[in-house]
Amino acid sequence: MTIQSPTLPLIAPAQDYTGEYRSDHLVVAEMVERGSRVLDVGCGEGDLLRLLEQRGVDGRGIELSREGVNRCVAKGLAVIQGDADTDLDSYPNDSFDYVILSQTLQATRQPRAVLENMLRIGNRAIVSFPNFGYWKMRMELLVKGQMPRTENLPATWYDTPNIHFCTIKDFVQLCDEINVELERAVALNSRARPLRLNAPWWFWNMFGEQGVFLMSRR
Amino acid sequence: MSKVHSVKNPIPHIDERAREADHPTSLVAHFGADKPLRLDCGVELTPFQIAYQTYGALNADRSNAILLCHALTGDQHVANVHPVTGKNGWWETLVGPGKAVDTNRYFVICSNVVGGCLGSTGPASTNPATGKVWGLEFPVITIPDMVRAQAMLIDRLGIETLFGVVGGSMGGMQVLQWTAAYPDRVFSALPIACATRHSAQNIAFHEVGRQAVMADPDWRGGRYVEEGTDPHRGLGVARMAAHITYLSDAALHRKFGRRMQDRELPTFSFDADFQVESYLRYQGSSFVERFDANSYLYLTRAMDYFDIAADHNGVLAEAFRETITRFCVVSFTSDWLFPTSESRDVVHALNAGGARVSFTEIETDRGHDAFLLDVPEFIDMVRAFLESAGTARGLTAGH
Repeated sequence: MTIQSPTLPLIAPAQDYTGEYRSDHLVVAEMVERGSRVLDVGCGEGDLLRLLEQRGVDGRGIELSREGVNRCVAKGLAVIQGDADTDLDSYPNDSFDYVILSQTLQATRQPRAVLENMLRIGNRAIVSFPNFGYWKMRMELLVKGQMPRTENLPATWYDTPNIHFCTIKDFVQLCDEINVELERAVALNSRARPLRLNAPWWFWNMFGEQGVFLMSRR
Repeated sequence: MSKVHSVKNPIPHIDERAREADHPTSLVAHFGADKPLRLDCGVELTPFQIAYQTYGALNADRSNAILLCHALTGDQHVANVHPVTGKNGWWETLVGPGKAVDTNRYFVICSNVVGGCLGSTGPASTNPATGKVWGLEFPVITIPDMVRAQAMLIDRLGIETLFGVVGGSMGGMQVLQWTAAYPDRVFSALPIACATRHSAQNIAFHEVGRQAVMADPDWRGGRYVEEGTDPHRGLGVARMAAHITYLSDAALHRKFGRRMQDRELPTFSFDADFQVESYLRYQGSSFVERFDANSYLYLTRAMDYFDIAADHNGVLAEAFRETITRFCVVSFTSDWLFPTSESRDVVHALNAGGARVSFTEIETDRGHDAFLLDVPEFIDMVRAFLESAGTARGLTAGH
């Protein structure tokens, strides 16, 4: 029997752990209220879901790779094999308090539709994504004249699953277009630590390697 | 591969089969006039009996019982030698000490469905009112009837809540019916390679099988026992046709290709030149040794009638509204009898009700039958799901 190899890792986000957990997961988890219902879209091997459940959250997951799903089930998590682009349609309105999309937005075919769906299903959405406006990215393009590749995004242009990169500025603009309220925004540095809070947007767009946004319908 | 098998007459084991229908080599629960089985067709079946097997031990809290639901031609002999065929149990890949359904940890129950022919009351049983075999006098039964009878057995065993209900194909239909009919009695559910209703294509295949049985002159309008015949040719053909639907094009190609059976060249006859023909004939002839033709008609009919949504105003999600059961839905990539889309429908309905559901599609070329075979990814999934559910249920490892 052949088992398909799991899909490429979307990115290798800053693997900075605070104890047991990835720091970007801790940033996301900190935005979620205790006792709420959460759907984690693209939940990987369930690390974030497990962190959330330990904090009294009732969590569900969707994951594309079979291997990821199997590992989640082994951890006792409720995860279905599915695709952010196609499977969100089947969820009823307002069925979750939060819908989370962690490091997956840039790999969806219809990021805008996915965002709209998330805010239909959930009262709030939390999205984290790699910022293509990060200064290292800009330098790669400016100096080398090639598609940027960094430690955290090492894939070449022809084998990357990331087909819809954006900058923090682009994302904020889209949120405005589709009437999304940004309740909280955090930019993380290359070690997935939050940048200083009072910095202006251009600073985040330049020095944030990832953006994490908590959103609701306007 | 075995040699060419022709259907022989008289067929072996026919006497053992008849004996098992009334006096099974397994545990039996008898339900008298005070406990009739209320069937969907309006008939009260009484008295009746349910034949079952158990493996492992029930714990003091009565919290570790798993009910296994067998498929169309399965029976209660999950993990022991079959009393008629002498073969191993049908789910020994999954069930036993230390296996995914660990009989050191769980108390495993499997009962022959009502309408079956291995000891639960069905068309092959003797009708106490007439002293003759029921035959077509037996009322038509449904999947909900089977589950109602199982619930009566579970009551009899003194179990309030099942830790798990597990089954594939027709067994998976029973699992779904259990969660819809007795949501507070099922802690975790594993519906495998199944659907909430039988598709038009599947009804069509079943009709081919039934017509094959009824076209056999030895069927005698269903009265073959009284008339001393047995419609084994018709039932054998029904099984051959059905068996193709349990496999896949890729699996048949890999197993047999166009290889010849014990010969180099075609015989220019209708002998079983190809290995795949020989294999199917063998499947047909070995099946009729252990199965009653009328029972096959009844059980295929029960599957055809199955439609959970129809019982809930046409809205599937209504069936699983506010369920507290933990679900793990499994399908197989090459299963074209119960394709993954059917399992996804179940998952979507469960999601709509906010159920705690996991779902995976297992990659395999072995078709619908994959759930009965040694498919490690599937077996690991079952083990992991039950272990995590066991932790949530407070079951300790082993005892």
